[in-house]
Amino acid sequence: MSTRAFGSRIKRTVDPALLRGEGAFVDDIPLANPLHAAFVRSPYARAKIASIDVSAARAHPGVVAVYTGEDIGVLDREMPLLIPHPSMTDARTQRPLAKDDVYYVGQTVVMVVAVDRYTAEDAVALVEVDYDPLPVEVDIEAAVKPGAPLVHATHPGNVAAYFVQVSGKPDETIPQAEHVTKIKVKVERSTAAPMECRAVAAQFDAVTGELTVWDGTQAPISVRGGLASIFGLDEDKVRVIAPNVGGGFGQKVLLFYPDELLVPMAAMQLGRPVKYIEDRRENFIGSSQERTQVHEIELYAKKTGEVIALRDSFLHDTGAFIPYGIAVAQVASTSIAGPYRIPNIWVEFTAVYTPTVPVTPYRGCGRPQSCFAIERAMDQLAEELGLDRLEVRRRNLIRDDQFPWTREGLLFADGLRVSLDSGQYAKALEMVSDRLDIPGFTAHQGKALSEGRYLGLGLGFYVEGTGLGPYEGGHIKVHPITGKVYVNTGLTAQGQGHETVFGQIVADQLGVAVEDVILVEGDTRAFDWGVATFASRAAVVSGNAIYKTALIVRKQIIHAAANMLEASEDDIELRDGAAWIRGTDRHAPLAAIATATNPLRYAFNDAAKAATQFAPASRHDGPPLDEGQHPGLEATDYYSPACATWAYGVHAAILEVDPDLCSVKIHKYVCIHDCGNMINPTIVEGQVMGGIAQGIGGAMYERIEYDPEGNPLNANFVDFLIPYATEVPNVEVLHLETPSPLNPLGVKGVGEAGCIAVGAVIASGIEDALAPLGAGKFRQTPITPSMIHAALVAH
Amino acid sequence: MKPALFEYSAPQTVAEAIALLAADPGAMVLAGGQSLVPAMNLRLASPSRLVDIQHIPGLSGISVAGGEIIVRALTTHRELELSGEAHRANPVIREAMAHVAHIPIRNRGTVVGSLCHADAAAEMPMVLVLTGGSVVAEGPQGTRTIGAEDFFQFHMTTSRESHELVVEARFPVLPAGAGAAFDEFTRRHGDYAIAAVGAIVRLGRDGAADKVAVATCGVGSRPMRLPAVEARLIGTRLAAEDLAAAGEIAKDAVTAPDDINATTSYRQRVVATLVRRVVEKAAHRAGQGR
Ligand SMILES: Cc1cc2nc3c(=O)[nH]c(=O)nc-3n(C[C@H](O)[C@H](O)[C@H](O)COP(=O)(O)OP(=O)(O)OC[C@H]3O[C@@H](n4cnc5c(N)ncnc54)[C@H](O)[C@@H]3O)c2cc1C
Repeated sequence: MSTRAFGSRIKRTVDPALLRGEGAFVDDIPLANPLHAAFVRSPYARAKIASIDVSAARAHPGVVAVYTGEDIGVLDREMPLLIPHPSMTDARTQRPLAKDDVYYVGQTVVMVVAVDRYTAEDAVALVEVDYDPLPVEVDIEAAVKPGAPLVHATHPGNVAAYFVQVSGKPDETIPQAEHVTKIKVKVERSTAAPMECRAVAAQFDAVTGELTVWDGTQAPISVRGGLASIFGLDEDKVRVIAPNVGGGFGQKVLLFYPDELLVPMAAMQLGRPVKYIEDRRENFIGSSQERTQVHEIELYAKKTGEVIALRDSFLHDTGAFIPYGIAVAQVASTSIAGPYRIPNIWVEFTAVYTPTVPVTPYRGCGRPQSCFAIERAMDQLAEELGLDRLEVRRRNLIRDDQFPWTREGLLFADGLRVSLDSGQYAKALEMVSDRLDIPGFTAHQGKALSEGRYLGLGLGFYVEGTGLGPYEGGHIKVHPITGKVYVNTGLTAQGQGHETVFGQIVADQLGVAVEDVILVEGDTRAFDWGVATFASRAAVVSGNAIYKTALIVRKQIIHAAANMLEASEDDIELRDGAAWIRGTDRHAPLAAIATATNPLRYAFNDAAKAATQFAPASRHDGPPLDEGQHPGLEATDYYSPACATWAYGVHAAILEVDPDLCSVKIHKYVCIHDCGNMINPTIVEGQVMGGIAQGIGGAMYERIEYDPEGNPLNANFVDFLIPYATEVPNVEVLHLETPSPLNPLGVKGVGEAGCIAVGAVIASGIEDALAPLGAGKFRQTPITPSMIHAALVAH
Repeated sequence: MKPALFEYSAPQTVAEAIALLAADPGAMVLAGGQSLVPAMNLRLASPSRLVDIQHIPGLSGISVAGGEIIVRALTTHRELELSGEAHRANPVIREAMAHVAHIPIRNRGTVVGSLCHADAAAEMPMVLVLTGGSVVAEGPQGTRTIGAEDFFQFHMTTSRESHELVVEARFPVLPAGAGAAFDEFTRRHGDYAIAAVGAIVRLGRDGAADKVAVATCGVGSRPMRLPAVEARLIGTRLAAEDLAAAGEIAKDAVTAPDDINATTSYRQRVVATLVRRVVEKAAHRAGQGR
């Protein structure tokens, strides 16, 4: 028997080609004589457009077309609200090209199409737009105050959405509390900054009436549906392909960005391929961002530290528009109690319009904020009660025998109730404690202090609802000539390694090598039922769909092989690309079985001879295919989760602060992580490490800076500090595997896990290190050297 | 992020390059392109012509003569960093160079390009100021030597005329018996300094400092020596209280306003800390050298 692929550290099959530069990203797709688009973007955070003069741009040599909002026909409309929810009134989304008003610096106002991007940018500079600037307020706490300038006149107080969720009986429980801890925390705005910015190319074939769009998106099928509907085309006449995509992290799942509609429109109108390759500055001012939230959280506890109720009230910055609905705030609010039992919860949020780049989910999607709030509050509770930070957590963690732990009343981002399905939370905490010798740390810290060194211990526990529905599908077909197994699913990869993990799932069931499983995804021509890549869902939702499909194909193979080899189905085993009669060397290769199950007229090779009409094995007493039977080895199936499955983990670090320079050095960082059964530990670790790197960015470096007028100050990689390899510590990842009871593979998502707890870890570590200097509390991320300095000076 | 239209010339001689510069006030010199090309892509710079000096023979190389390290215009950061001869003549250069960007950028960027770019937080301009070096500029009227203090006028502004080509930089060798040190603070490895400090210290027979040079960058509009700091330290034994007092004085040099990476008040803390640490390290090295 060959070894099981599921669970083994197989190298990512996608890497060699990508590392050799053989990937094909949108900008690499060869197009015949393409035109290039560039945009005039608003230089004001909020203004009325008095006039637009495009005459000089139109006259510029090399310019083919210039579009304002007046020139785009059916596209001159507010773009779709993707996730409607009753908490929003008259939710505002943006127009592809601004009309009358602009709402943030970077908003698209005019599109220029020219023979190359150089010329397009030259012409952009020739467009004259007269603006009447309006007052703005970019700070969310000020934006909700009476009298603050409004982003949308229709929305008093800049309130985009307001929502309260209640679980248990907080009102009745709160009076029983013996202690109340109340803190306020803030997480600042960041951005995904994928290595490849967004990109769209489109080509319209007037003969066939087919529109082909290459889009660096996480959601090709959804984009296809949207394009067909907006342009009034048959879905079958629109093909959307997401080729290699260099990172997404949620930023590429919004539909539509203006270019995703305008580029196909221009290609159809101009009769030539058109492409738009977003540059880095545009990514900073035109593509979604996330994170700013201000939480005021209250823990109601017994003297023992047991938390009996929680109240949280937070502001969520949604930017100038709310196209993705309240998803981020909803995930934050439903994750607010973390891994703790806390049976009574009252959580309220206000989503606030600000004249800034719109906010949609970015890896973590509200969880880093809620984790920061609850974890900082738990530390504070421990301090106030004189308890150890680990002990207060131990007393509140959901016990292994209490799963599933359901928070009635809280609806998650999929509209289904929050139910934490499984885990070994206490064990995870003990593992991290052992690994870092947390009991011995106090002595270690004291000794360092006597030498004038400031060491701190940081800690953060997180949970993550993963694998949201509604569904994904899998399609598998064994090719009759090569015997290779082709697999399709509806979502698409941005570097995660889907080829490898889906290959592993299928390889085990069909007895083939992982390399012989070929995944084709991200192309609506290949498979067009499905949703998208987001919410740590690919392994859970597509993975299980593909697994279920593989079981069907496995049955087909065994059935056909039993016929061919004249053996009982029970005696057939699948391995090494063939079906074998167990204990013998009699076998039939997969290719031959695939051929034999496909009744043939023409014999194109030896295996095919056996499937032709006069061959001995052919049936001669009826139609070659039975009623209801289909040719070949092929199946399609779907998986639709009943609810999210909850992964979790705990991170801890030992760090050192140099109070003279206010610099922070992380000496050790340990992550205990549980995403259920691991399909491939190497890929899991890659996801966790990448998430932690992004988390370090959010904890210490990355902050989108707006001045009071709403001008972005660091829309480039010089000034927006993404940590380099030199800033990211070595991380030790230790695994726990508690299988999810909710799906056949027992898996949970891992895509977002790494980033969630890092802010809490770093803040608690710095606070701990500087406690002897009376530096006070660190309740805002990123924590910069200037903030540490200010904290030291204030005390 | 595409540059506006520009003409491109690749002169073969210095004279030709100067003629091209003189003929077109909108022309700019292209050396390693590590600062100029990004600025052009962002359309912060739109030169009408690029005068690419990379093909001029004789503009490269490092030599040590007459008490100076002579760095010709096409010498890359990395060549100077790795030059054993330069390191022996003045070790502070290599120590500072490790903080200039990252190796791939040091492989292309030139030392003279960095001096001409004159970013107020750049390391090499500060080293030129610290060591009391100079640049040699060649124009239609001939050649002139400009001392570091006169050359750096303001952030990204030098006293070079637009028709002049800087053909070399001259860094004095470390005086006999002196010790030198350099350090800086950045939020990320390889970024421009929030504050950097360099020091050269010589100790007299009695163990007191008889020569002290201290320079900084990143804290004001150009790299500068800190005469008040030097005055406070000369003649002392550089005891902890001397260093602390000197650090306090250094705070006055900070004129940079609050920016997204540092508040003014924080920069003062950094520069004070670095003055203490760097002067101490330079003195220690001077002591070891004796
Ligand atoms: C990611 C990154 C990080 C960086 N980090 C740092 C850092 O930490 N510290 C630092 O100091 N620098 C840093 N740099 C800048 C880099 O060091 C400079 O770009 C480089 O030193 C300039 O040299 P160059 O040859 O590339 O000059 P170019 O970019 O070609 O030219 C720079 C300027 O100098 C002029 N010029 C060049 N040579 C001459 C000459 N001989 N005569 C007259 N004028 C001339 C040009 O016209 C132009 O105005 C960084 C750059 C990058 C891309």
